[in-house]
Amino acid sequence: MASGFTAYRAILRSRVRAQQGYRVSFATDLFATVLTGLAELLEVYVIFHNTPRLGGLDFDAALLVFALANLTFAAADLLVGHCDRLPTYVREGRIDVFYLRPLSILGQLMTSEVSLRRLGRISVAVVVLGIALVRGEVAPTPTTVGMLALSIVCGTALMAGLFVAVAGLQFWLVDGREFANAFTYGGAYAAQQSSLVFPDPVRIFFTFVVPAAFTAYLPTLVILGEPGGDFADPALAWWLPAATAWVWGVALLTWRHGVRHYQGAGG
Amino acid sequence: MSVEPVRPVSASGPVSAPIVAVEGLTRVFRRRGAPALTAVDAMTFRIAPGEAVGYIGANGAGKSTTIKMLTGILAPTSGTARTVGLDPMRDRRELARRVGVVFGQRSQLWWDLPLRESFDLLAAIHRLDRLRATRRTGQLVELLDLGPTLAQPVRSLSLGQRMRAEVAAALLHEPELVILDEPTIGLDVLSKARLREFLIQTRREHGTTLLLTTHDMGDIERLCDRVLVVDHGRLAFDGTLAGLAGTVGARRVLVVDLDRPSEPLHGIPHTQWLGAEGEGVRQRLAFDPADTTAAAVLAAVSERVTLRDLSIEEPDIEDVVRRIYSASS
Repeated sequence: MASGFTAYRAILRSRVRAQQGYRVSFATDLFATVLTGLAELLEVYVIFHNTPRLGGLDFDAALLVFALANLTFAAADLLVGHCDRLPTYVREGRIDVFYLRPLSILGQLMTSEVSLRRLGRISVAVVVLGIALVRGEVAPTPTTVGMLALSIVCGTALMAGLFVAVAGLQFWLVDGREFANAFTYGGAYAAQQSSLVFPDPVRIFFTFVVPAAFTAYLPTLVILGEPGGDFADPALAWWLPAATAWVWGVALLTWRHGVRHYQGAGG
Repeated sequence: MSVEPVRPVSASGPVSAPIVAVEGLTRVFRRRGAPALTAVDAMTFRIAPGEAVGYIGANGAGKSTTIKMLTGILAPTSGTARTVGLDPMRDRRELARRVGVVFGQRSQLWWDLPLRESFDLLAAIHRLDRLRATRRTGQLVELLDLGPTLAQPVRSLSLGQRMRAEVAAALLHEPELVILDEPTIGLDVLSKARLREFLIQTRREHGTTLLLTTHDMGDIERLCDRVLVVDHGRLAFDGTLAGLAGTVGARRVLVVDLDRPSEPLHGIPHTQWLGAEGEGVRQRLAFDPADTTAAAVLAAVSERVTLRDLSIEEPDIEDVVRRIYSASS
């Protein structure tokens, strides 16, 4: 598929160029996503201003969870966040045009946009990540570095899988953007919390069904050497690749069914 | 190369495999709270390589549904469709490499980039090597007169420019079959003529097969040697344009503007007087090109009155189709 790769790379590059054409609006968007990131950071600060610990985490640990959750979600959002626009693509007939090209439909949807403005939120997350690692006095051992890398790479892939799973569903639910956002943004919100703030059933849901806890909370336990709790064992964190594979498995299934449904229903 | 080594040879010459073969093709749409709609109903036809086929019918007759099934966008409810010998659902990507499609209403260009970049991207998507991409783009740009628009963002193109660009985009990878859905809709006379000329030339030089839906009788007359008429999902007519005219009488209407108010132009040979406006300054006469010529009618009219201006109205496709229906029912 090397040559298919060339095509996707050319498409992605063109998406980047298109955004460079509108510098002022791009700068405004970028600034807006920085503000969003800061507003969410403020929320964490406010909570820990009122309570020293929440869900077994102190402020420094919460910062690390915040940073990883935001980094992975914003990176996934940058890459494939526009997948939730599928209903618009269906309505405008852009999906039909995808069918007329010798590339996969999903590949074309994923590369149809790159939301570079999300770099604003990513940069907030990166800065907070640096601060959290320094304040948490994290020593660069194979465990911490390995976990950090795994969390960033697989966590981003896991979040991207959520976007794709939800895009597949939207072939049925053409007005289902709200429903879709409940999964993606809901997952992202859950990822930002200590799993221990949730009652058991919710914690189990966000660990084993929509495994958002794997992107930030569980890795944080490993990196900081925190004990965790029931259904929140730090050792689980190393199963992140499996959780990612699970999400992508479900995502590809819903996507395939979605495409079949579209061909069956005709938009 | 797509040349089959062995082909059955009949008395009339080599018989090639059809480029489109549709057999009992049916598509039913189930709708919530409404009766199921059979958009395409047991359609059967074949198109041979090199043919130019007009696919016409009223809005909602099933034209777009058929095209979607031929290109793998829609699954048939029953029956089969094979396009360039492939199953459109199973071999969609391979099909996309060999077929070009222009949907008048849906653009395959990147609206926020200069036109040139759309061609570059499509060349990458179709894996054309640099030399071939440059040569082919250059050809199309010249033939479709797109040079001045290459640097413009697609969103700023006029409709005529955009349609020509869409056609170029669909033909970039030199497909053996080109499907055009309403390619001339909304175009001015000059743009239409240019586009038709280009399609005729493409067909002549490359033997490209054309399948087009249109509401414009002019498209059919100038481009197609065969017409399929679809009505309520069924094939109502399959034959030549002359045959179609023979079935329903493809009448044209001569509109004459006279220098002064005149009596109705009754009794011009082979014509039917349709009416007058402005106390007879403008009059309309229908004639069948099978019986007489526009020149003969004009000569007969000029003997009686002085002409200031004239125009000929093409038969309206909806009207032709309507008459097919009434003739067949």
